[in-house]
Amino acid sequence: MTLKISTIKIGDTYSEKVCSNLSRTQIVQYAGASGDFNPVHHDQPYTEHIAGYPSVFAHGMLTMGMTGKMLTNYVGDGRLTNFGVRFTAQVFPGATLTATATVTNIRQENSEGIVDMDVSTVDDNGVEVINGKASARLDP
Amino acid sequence: MAVKQFPIEAGHVMAFARAIGDSNPAYYADTYSSESEAGAIIAPPTFVEASSHFDPDYFLRPKIGEDWFGSGETPTSRKPSEKKEKASRTSGGGLHAEQRYVYHKSVEVGDVLSATKKLGKTWVKQGRRGGKLNFSEAVTEYRNQNGELVITATMVGVSTERAATVKE
Repeated sequence: MTLKISTIKIGDTYSEKVCSNLSRTQIVQYAGASGDFNPVHHDQPYTEHIAGYPSVFAHGMLTMGMTGKMLTNYVGDGRLTNFGVRFTAQVFPGATLTATATVTNIRQENSEGIVDMDVSTVDDNGVEVINGKASARLDP
Repeated sequence: MAVKQFPIEAGHVMAFARAIGDSNPAYYADTYSSESEAGAIIAPPTFVEASSHFDPDYFLRPKIGEDWFGSGETPTSRKPSEKKEKASRTSGGGLHAEQRYVYHKSVEVGDVLSATKKLGKTWVKQGRRGGKLNFSEAVTEYRNQNGELVITATMVGVSTERAATVKE
């Protein structure tokens, strides 16, 4: 299902719970798929004693990937034109994350309809872990 | 970093989609629709990160026959003399601060991408708890087998003088 310009308005929001009780195993799964084997994401002795963090933590790109899942579920496949985020807090095992898109503008660019969105992902304590923007090309 | 050949393979896209918890049928060989807009299995928006598998020099992947800096018998397998030299980019060091993508074309299974990376701006900020935060930007352009630009990715990394603290 693909979102249409005619069915949205500024201020609309779409939210999705993108992970629940994030497991170390899912972080390892992401390491394997992405190729980023930084030990701070899976190796507790290294992370605690060498890197100096209390626990292994998720790749920022795993959180961005899960946030992207919310976006593509909202706007449709192959529709994104821009997606950019800042990583505002680390995500640790056990996290439950909710990603939200808010429509901030609807415009025409090169005779195509474009929706601009604010993007935010928060954990279940309300701490924002990702803050960003995205745009997508939509049919009328 | 330069990646000469980054083949977009169905099994790799499947494994990546599973890892981000995305069950969208568009990413799986057994469920995608040839009648969809793309007409092919497409890759999730952040999939190009997985190009690191095809970067021969990627430093966050253990290399066959070489020591790895993660734990084995002890918390790090790096010898004391090496520890200091490479510490800045591993221990307490580099974190991902920002990531931005501009999408020009869909990435589809069957494409073979190549990537070129340019270093961008660098800047320094004062951290909230003292200590300098050194930011640096890198722009990677992914092109397909026809030479068409498909994705422009901008990564901002930050290195801290000590482990960043948890914001809670």
